[in-house]
Amino acid sequence: MIWDKNETLPEEENKQLQLDKLQYIVDYVYKRVPFYKKKLDKAGLKPSSIKTLNDLRLIPFTTKDDFRVNYPFGLFAVPLKQVVRIHSSSGTTGKPIVVGYTQRDVEVWKNLVARFIVAGGVTAEDIAQVSFGYGLFTGGFGLHYGLEKVGVTVIPISSGNTKRQVMLMKDYGVTVLIGTPSYVLHIADVMKNEGINPKRDLKLRVGLFGAEPWTENMRKRIEIELNIKAYDNYGLSEVIGPGVAGECSAQHGMHIFEDHFIAEIVDPKTGELLPEGECGELVLTTLTKEALPVLRYRTGDITRIYREKCSCGRTTIKMDKPIGRTDDMLIIRGVNIFPSQVEEVLCSIEGVSPHYQIVVDREGAMDVMEIWVEMTEKMFFDEMRKQRLLVERIRDELRSALGISVGVKLVEPGTVKRSEGKAKRVIDKRRI
Amino acid sequence: MCRIAQLSVFIENKKGRFAHVVQLLGEKDVNIRAMSLADTVDFGILRFVVDKPDVAYSILKENGLIVRKDEVLAMEVEDKPGGLAKLLQSITKQDLSVEYMYTFNNVLSGKAVMIFRFEDTVEAIERLKEIGVGLLPSDYFWGI
Ligand SMILES: [Zn+2]
Repeated sequence: MIWDKNETLPEEENKQLQLDKLQYIVDYVYKRVPFYKKKLDKAGLKPSSIKTLNDLRLIPFTTKDDFRVNYPFGLFAVPLKQVVRIHSSSGTTGKPIVVGYTQRDVEVWKNLVARFIVAGGVTAEDIAQVSFGYGLFTGGFGLHYGLEKVGVTVIPISSGNTKRQVMLMKDYGVTVLIGTPSYVLHIADVMKNEGINPKRDLKLRVGLFGAEPWTENMRKRIEIELNIKAYDNYGLSEVIGPGVAGECSAQHGMHIFEDHFIAEIVDPKTGELLPEGECGELVLTTLTKEALPVLRYRTGDITRIYREKCSCGRTTIKMDKPIGRTDDMLIIRGVNIFPSQVEEVLCSIEGVSPHYQIVVDREGAMDVMEIWVEMTEKMFFDEMRKQRLLVERIRDELRSALGISVGVKLVEPGTVKRSEGKAKRVIDKRRI
Repeated sequence: MCRIAQLSVFIENKKGRFAHVVQLLGEKDVNIRAMSLADTVDFGILRFVVDKPDVAYSILKENGLIVRKDEVLAMEVEDKPGGLAKLLQSITKQDLSVEYMYTFNNVLSGKAVMIFRFEDTVEAIERLKEIGVGLLPSDYFWGI
């Protein structure tokens, strides 16, 4: 099912619509947000300077730092009286990023989330368990309202207490699971320990996962272990939350909801605009938000965008699963490495656990990278020779995928720290 | 029946992990009869034969450890000079490949016992029986 007819607009019609909205939103923020007025004035631009979609590139970027400097409400374009909801993301250091929604923003948001929910084949007949954390994080409430909009029965269980998650899934006949991929894998582990066989004991059929980068191998693994179809979706609080893009039944890239967001890809180092199809940092401009529009926001996510004819009938531009974040990008001996590449390799080796941690350190002038892999029974041998062979195999495959040699260390389960279902993948001791 | 249950546990090579495993078993009155540790800089594989293998297996699993159960064979070493050498020779002659082995001293009988992990246990049992090597019964370690 396709939720909104704007998802199937011919490309030219879509571009005209985007231009009209872009001109409107630039004028809107210029008049309402001193930060943008200053920024445009400094760049010698007026709202009337935006004559074509190509003129977007003239506008300076907005960054996470701009959110911090204008903390808490400095980037809002409406008085707080019109803001009906606040969300924020926990910054790793210092102040959080604060975002706000008007009544109309909330309505738009629900409908955007509804788009990818129905794109995954979910209908009002389904029962969905939302294992995203509820609260300031946009994931829980974002999915919750979208699911209700579609008419799905929602179980707002939030994250944590995994045994109970599994029990409710079984007892309530849950058909749709929502969560972060790493937490979902943890749920699958707990199911195994509890002796639950998804195929036999559960009615689960679809998973809508997001809020952190994951790989194609991880998808396959989740699909097999939980006996479901797993779909990816993309979003971030600064832009709206979940609902920027989502996968359809083709499971081949996420459709970006172009009538609400303009996507660009830039070189993460130079900020130079890259042509469609090239890999770089995703930059998003909101076209319809009232409380907190953003112009050319540097998402920090590394991906590519491209147009292709899709079997689902949607005509919008697509994006790949982000392969990582600019902040996660590790430069080891001059080579760019993303944690997702490590994950891809681990998931491709039979029996090897997807729970890992990357530890980077400096020995003398040399960067060293060690991958800690949590042990599972499937990868444990009583013979040292076989155990070492496995370690060597992991090391060899990592070397050929990453292009540099890394150390591999097997660790006991539970070693990799997980918080709110998100695993902390990288420990970079070079910065400490 | 001569197959003996052996448990193996994965432990990281850091302080207290070995003691932790031993303590868990001790708390539940499980006696370790024979034990061998193979280790590297990072991790170790602790293998042992106990008097209550099923109890031991569940305790270790419940405590989140990585455990596996395998079958090993045990035989007494003749109590005279060259006894072990003779035993090893007969095994080599049979072309059986040994993954690893370790010893156990039965204080009651005063005899030394060798525990063998063969690559192919079924084949090893057949061949050893053919040449008359006495294999100790499955419950040998239970009542000592
Ligand atoms: Zn599609």
